[in-house]
Amino acid sequence: MPNIEIDGQEITVEAGLNLIQAAERLGIEVPHYCYHPGLSISGNCRMCLVEIEKMPKLQIACNTRVNEGMVIRTTSPKVKAAQAAVLEFLLINHPVDCPICDQAGECKLQDYYMDYGAYKSRMPLEAKAAKDKAVEIGPQVMLDQERCILCARCTRFLDEVTKTGELGIFERGDHCKIDLFPGKTLDNPYSMNVVDVCPVGALTAKDFRFQARVWYLEKTASICTRCETGCNIDIYHRRGRMYRFRPRQNMEVNEFWMCDEGRLSYRALQQESRILQPLVRAETAFRQTSWDGALQQLVEILRHAAAEGGRGAVAALIGAKASNEEAYLLARILRHQLGTHQVAGLSWSPDMAAHDGLLIRADKNPNTRGLKTLGLLNGGGEADQILHAADQGAIKILFVFGIDLVAAVGQATAEAALAGVKLILLDTDYTDTTEYADLVLPIAAAPETDGSCINYAGRVQCLRQAFPPPGQVKTGWEALALLSTRLGGPDSVSISEVFAELTAAVPALAGLTYGKIGPHGLPLPALQPEPNAAEALA
Amino acid sequence: MADRILLRHLDVPDIRKLEVYVEHGGYEAAQKALTSLSPQDVTSQVKDANLRGRGGAGFVAGMKWGFLPKDSDKPVYLCANADESEPGTFKDRALIEWNTHTLLEGIVISAYAINAHTAYIYIRGEFALGAKRLHEAIEAAYAGGFLGKNIFGSGFDLDVYVHRGAGAYICGEETGLIQSLEGKRAYPRIKPPFPAVYGLFGCPTIVQNVETLACVPSIIHKGPVWFKAIGPETGPGPKIYCVSGHVEKPGLYELPMGMSLRELIYDYAGGIQGGKHLKAVMPGGSSFPILTPDEIDVNMDFDSMRAIGAFLGTAGIIVMDEDTCMVQALEIIDRFYHHESCGQCSPCREGTGWLHKLLVRLEEGNGQPEDIDLIDQICTNMTGNTVCVLADAAAMPTRSYLSKFRDEFVAHITQGGCPLRNDRQPRAA
Repeated sequence: MPNIEIDGQEITVEAGLNLIQAAERLGIEVPHYCYHPGLSISGNCRMCLVEIEKMPKLQIACNTRVNEGMVIRTTSPKVKAAQAAVLEFLLINHPVDCPICDQAGECKLQDYYMDYGAYKSRMPLEAKAAKDKAVEIGPQVMLDQERCILCARCTRFLDEVTKTGELGIFERGDHCKIDLFPGKTLDNPYSMNVVDVCPVGALTAKDFRFQARVWYLEKTASICTRCETGCNIDIYHRRGRMYRFRPRQNMEVNEFWMCDEGRLSYRALQQESRILQPLVRAETAFRQTSWDGALQQLVEILRHAAAEGGRGAVAALIGAKASNEEAYLLARILRHQLGTHQVAGLSWSPDMAAHDGLLIRADKNPNTRGLKTLGLLNGGGEADQILHAADQGAIKILFVFGIDLVAAVGQATAEAALAGVKLILLDTDYTDTTEYADLVLPIAAAPETDGSCINYAGRVQCLRQAFPPPGQVKTGWEALALLSTRLGGPDSVSISEVFAELTAAVPALAGLTYGKIGPHGLPLPALQPEPNAAEALA
Repeated sequence: MADRILLRHLDVPDIRKLEVYVEHGGYEAAQKALTSLSPQDVTSQVKDANLRGRGGAGFVAGMKWGFLPKDSDKPVYLCANADESEPGTFKDRALIEWNTHTLLEGIVISAYAINAHTAYIYIRGEFALGAKRLHEAIEAAYAGGFLGKNIFGSGFDLDVYVHRGAGAYICGEETGLIQSLEGKRAYPRIKPPFPAVYGLFGCPTIVQNVETLACVPSIIHKGPVWFKAIGPETGPGPKIYCVSGHVEKPGLYELPMGMSLRELIYDYAGGIQGGKHLKAVMPGGSSFPILTPDEIDVNMDFDSMRAIGAFLGTAGIIVMDEDTCMVQALEIIDRFYHHESCGQCSPCREGTGWLHKLLVRLEEGNGQPEDIDLIDQICTNMTGNTVCVLADAAAMPTRSYLSKFRDEFVAHITQGGCPLRNDRQPRAA
């Protein structure tokens, strides 16, 4: 563990750290463009030059590793002069079209100019090198060669992470430009990560172009629900509307990246098809009602069924999009208030889905592992048995939570099962299954709720509510708490309370609290190494 | 000097042909090295001879070979740097085209010394004739048993490949050359690690200039003591001086290292054309400071040049007479660096272009009074802060032109154009 000194502060850090990382430990920012912790060292931008005692020349911090006794200065006059000089070089041919640039507000050229540059321009505008703007390089990404500072982060991402190499640097000197290799299109499933790694406005997402100024957007740390990987994300939103997802660093899950499909999945979460009010079936059409009216109706249905067929006549199917808390609450209601154990998880993904060796996994549900952990998905065909029983007329009331049954089991099976039952549907959107429902309770989409999920690797992670659900929609756990109290069961006042109850009931989660999970999640306690296992091995 | 070593074709016509080369003692040094000396012996002889790199940096070749890791299980590569593209420099081209086997023999001996079984000759793309001659000579050498398996029955194998560049100055930078040879964009690598440790395909690699390698057979043939006696001991040997510009007899002159620059210009190259006066001379290619007439009483060797703040470089001596416009000359030089900057590092990519634009503006008569200081500051900001030295190579001559011929730059501004009424139009930046 080398001891070093940065700007007069002493610190002991792990060997192998570079000086940007070491300075970060002290809260000191060494400005940089080309360095990215997820990519190889390139050392081309020269913005991270620092002064190191006993070295005659300034050194690039990104490519210098800590060494015992190193004394580093990041703010000496020599360093400041070099930083200002590099910024001036980077900007002489930059178009300075910030007013129409989507990167404005999160642009490292803008930020560093204010912090380290702030000189008067010595390059007349007409003398700047002109290059191509608004070049469509793929279905999701636009390129502006003039704004580019040639840091090569995008080319390194495509060479090193996706290994697809669509982009290259062409020409020489200040004629250099990023462009597609002949015959290529930037259309790999991770193409939009180049927009994230671009420190300037050279690569922008078609999806986000001209949609919002970033400083108006709020950011909420959550997880992607597009597949069982559970990539950590930031949800960018304003007034209940989402504008984009961006990957959030988590070295245990997605590192710095996410797939385009997951990134664009925010669109499907705020579609026209959202159900905004409880609905009850009246003759052939649905009638909008209040929660109170809907729950009244539910009690009626249950009383009617109880009179007809007793406790075994009720069952529930829970889609693997449900959080642990939602699944737990619904199962508890069925067991304790309705006296049945006919509760099963149902994890369905389209046939064509496959694991690509990177982040995209075949299981398109965020919480299959969670339902398994809760004992709701035991691989014994429990969901099929329930559907079969319904088909046979042994089930009179079926709760379906967060899954389109028609898509999952097929029209024929769904129709056969649902023909003779009262269907209580809790879901976010109108689907083919909605047609069969007798009562529809609208629940929140992932960005509108709190809750925990367990990803494929057994990592417990949290959904965080970015904004409240629209219309009369309630979060799933609040809807179920309401249902519980109406049926004479206990109330729940917070997600952490539900989680605490759940950990008491599920041994695999013992010892966890909701608050402990944190923004980066935690592995299931059973998967965690014993506290002194490492020492025992040593 | 009685017998020329490097420009032997001037004494022995057709020496580039294998039979003529062998008839005149060709490959005897290689045979001696491979059959009677150990690789260590060869390295120490080259080191004892103080053979210093002729590509411009003047690093002691034998010492560089000593940096190869002793315990590596990776193959070692030898690269002959034939990407000669320094302005005013045309020595390697002559060596390649006319003394091809001298270079090949140097490669055989050097490869043996460093235990390389594969050597690449990275030749500048424009040298079509040179590439053709190399291919012919290599084919003949294989046929004659001087390349390939078990050379001279010594058990030493060597394959030599010619790789033609696509015409980029940066490929002459040794790590740029290596990147290009690997099929990549010739972005110079961050050093350390140096090529001797991590070079071609990640393996230990020695890169030597053509002229350096061509000196090696004579060291083995006649010994380090003989070699050291040619010119100054700290950097001895035969040297090809390339004299170009406004002299009566431009051309290549093979003479001992450490010749007087004045003698080279006035005696060997016949003085300034038309009996005019000398105005300035760039003694080592375009990448180093320019010298004024009162600075030419200097010996052309690495250390003597350094002592006056100049550089031997490639010994590409560019002579300029009294009618030369220094602003125009510098505009041409900075156009070159603008064109050739690889574009990897921001200060060089942007700085070379900026310098060139300012010089075009000055030469066109649109210069502003603050431009001279601006150019000087740009040079300061470009210097010492990049992966390779191309930025320095542009800044160094630029600053020397400004400081030594400042009046001429000021005159361009105050008179709104070239006071020498030069009608040449600068090319757009």
